[in-house]
Formats: sequence, structure tokens, C-alpha cells
Amino acid sequence: MKPAAFDYWRPSSRREACELLHEHGDEARLIAGGQSLMAVLNMRLAQPKHLVDIAGIEDLHYIERRDDHLAVGAGVTQAELLQYPGLAEAVPLLALAMTWIGHWQTRNRGTVCGSIAHADPSAELPLCLATLGGQVVLENRRGKSRRVMAEDFFQGVLTTDRRQDELITEVRFPLARPGAEYRFREVAMRHGDFAIVALAAVIDSNRVTLGVGGVADRPVSRELARHDDPSEALNALAWSLGAEDDAHATAAYRRQLIRELGRELIAGGPSDEENAHARQG
Amino acid sequence: MHARADQRIRVTLTLNSRERSGYAEPRTQLCDFLRHELGATGTHVGCEHGVCGACTVRVDGRASRSCLMLAVQAEGRRLDTVESLAGEEGLSDLQQAFRRHHALQCGFCTAGILMSCEEFLERVADPSEAQVRDMLSGHLCRCTGYTGMVQAVLDVARTRREATVPDSQQENNDV
Repeated sequence: MKPAAFDYWRPSSRREACELLHEHGDEARLIAGGQSLMAVLNMRLAQPKHLVDIAGIEDLHYIERRDDHLAVGAGVTQAELLQYPGLAEAVPLLALAMTWIGHWQTRNRGTVCGSIAHADPSAELPLCLATLGGQVVLENRRGKSRRVMAEDFFQGVLTTDRRQDELITEVRFPLARPGAEYRFREVAMRHGDFAIVALAAVIDSNRVTLGVGGVADRPVSRELARHDDPSEALNALAWSLGAEDDAHATAAYRRQLIRELGRELIAGGPSDEENAHARQG
Repeated sequence: MHARADQRIRVTLTLNSRERSGYAEPRTQLCDFLRHELGATGTHVGCEHGVCGACTVRVDGRASRSCLMLAVQAEGRRLDTVESLAGEEGLSDLQQAFRRHHALQCGFCTAGILMSCEEFLERVADPSEAQVRDMLSGHLCRCTGYTGMVQAVLDVARTRREATVPDSQQENNDV
């Protein structure tokens, strides 16, 4: 289908973009790469009166490695981040998880911040941000910026803490901790489809941080003590997320995936190889 | 910049190395602009929500779905479509490989697949089969299957690699 009619704006500054969002409120939508939003517009699931394209804002296009995090500006595409030299060493979880985002062709236009802003509960980037305890940086029309922790930012299906006149200018992924191991697994109908369950893990010597996507209404991250047998903790986690039946999978199957994949992920082993098959970015 | 919803605005871009312009409403998808306004009907339109990949074109070199992009977003950009591949001397090496390996039947999806393959081959000179399959997973073909396409891409990658071996190295190989 074709989108319903809208006014198109291409502001040249952050301030101007935020002013437009303030002025048009609920009737305005931001577009960056458009790899989620355009599909929604084409199917007329959303019919905004105003589309504000941030492609014309020059100073959003950067990836910066800082003291304790990797900062990714709102203009950066997923393909660009995947090709960032040293990504696997700086934020290993991203290097593992990002090849699961859509396809080569959608990563070429889809932005990192756009996926965070869209807040699909089964998307990989929100899961990574939540698991690593990253931050979202937002700026409003007065030029004031604020930082929000991932766990506070994601508030439900396609729902975030972003206020009406705010623009996400940057997301911050914490750099790899020495000695920690990072792992990622996903089950989808086909590679590139929405995840039925996606799991991300940060494994330290005495604890495991496990992030779960595709089950609750937002990515959920929990800390588990590192026992010999994590079965009980995983079972409790699986039951705590309010899994529901849908067209792709039953709630029982999702819980089973959390238990089984969680166990595999924490144990480590050859399954990581499967994830590495498509690492060309 | 602001364009009213009912306004047709001028969009100028470089299509297959030629500057072209036409008019588009803000809501006009890039694929429709190419086909209906510029007459470049080589690009096909399938699902219109980014799943099938038939409408894939290269935007500033990057393979992208032209149904998930607005014509106004292509202003000033370099676009390459399937029409750019064949030269005066006939089909390109990739197109010939597709024919040789029976990588198409009805051809509807092929226009997009070729554009993805072109970018892929530029970025990955020596791909594994798994990498080719991952790249092709962004496309749906409902008649041929993907085996012929995978063979064609690997074949072209090999041929192009051999063609870029420096002369000195070739001599060494002969010895």
C-alpha cells in the first residue's frame, strides 16, 4: 500500500526538529532510516500529518569511543556501526547481535538510534542496550539534554520515556568489561525475522546478566548468581515475564526457549559459532 | 525544508550516472518515483513493506529497499538500478552468471537481487557460501530457489578475484 498524505519537513538542526515536534505533537513522527516506520506508514498503521526527517541534521553522524562507553549518534546506520573498526573488542555484544537485525539491505539504511526509539520488544538493539545497562541521550527544543538509563527508557510495546519535543541524539553502549564474556542467541522463524526469543548474556566470574527480548513488552535484564546449575533461576525468570501465545509461538514454547537457550548460553560452547556465521556486516 | 502534503516538489538525483529530475508528493515512495515519474521500470515493486526485496536499488552505493524510502529522501543522491548493469557489450558478468547458473525463472525478484549482489561483491571479495546466503536472505524468490544464485555469486567473486591478481603474481604462479 501507499502511505496516507503527510507534510514533509527536513530541518537542518536539532533545535528546529524539536520545535516541529513540539508544534505538531501527536501528529508528527520522526523519520531517520525509516526501516520500521516506512513499513508502518505504507500499511497505514500510522497516519501522521507531519513527517520530520532528521537526515538533514549534520552533527548527528558520529561514532565516538569515550572513557567508558561507545557513543552512537542518531544519524549512524546499523551497517556503519557493524563496520566500525574494533567494534568486537569495544562492545562485543553488538558485534554478535547486530547481524541478526533484519537483513543486509535494511541495515544499510536503518539507524541504531531509530531502532532504540521504535522500541520493538523483540528487537536486538534495545535488548543489547538493556542488557549492558546503556543510556539514551535526549535533547529538547530548549537545547537541554538528559540521559536516561535503558531500563527506564523502555516502557512497553513501542513505548518509551521520550517526551513529545525530544529527539534522541545519541545512545551509549558501555565498553566491554575486562574478564567478562558476552554471548547472544536468537530463535526466529527465519534469520532476519522478528525474534521469538532473543537472549543476551554478560558472564562474569561470579554473576550472569541475562537479557531477554521477544517475550515481555520490553527487553528485560536480570542478574543471576552464577551457580553450577542455573535451571531454577532460569525457570523463575521464564515464568516472570508474562509470556503470551501469539501467531508465532506459544507462551510455553517461549518459556522453554528461555530455559534451554539460557542454559546453553551460560554454559557457553559451540552454539556461539552459529552466531558467527554471518559476521561480515 | 518543508513540503506540503498536496504539493508536488521537484526531486533531482543521479540515476545510473545521469542527472534526472521529476516531481513527487512527500508520500511518494522512491520505487514509484523511479517507475512512474522517471520511467525506469527495471526496478520491480513487490510487497511494499520491506520484506521481499524486489525493489532493491543502490542508494549512494548501498543496497536499499526503494519502497522503504521516500522520493524526497533521494534528493541529491546517487541511485543505481538494474538498468545500470548491462553495457554496450551486453550483459554484465553477474547477469551472465545468473543466466549460466539458472539463477532466475520469472525474473520478477531478480532486478533487486542483482543490486544487492553488486554491493556485496564490492564489499566482500572472497565470500563464503554462508555469507552469500545471509545477504540473499534479504530477498524472496518464489520460483527458482537460491542455489543457482549462490553459485552465480561465488562464481563471479572467483572470476573477479582472478582478474585482479597482479601480473607479477601470475608469472610466479606459472613458475
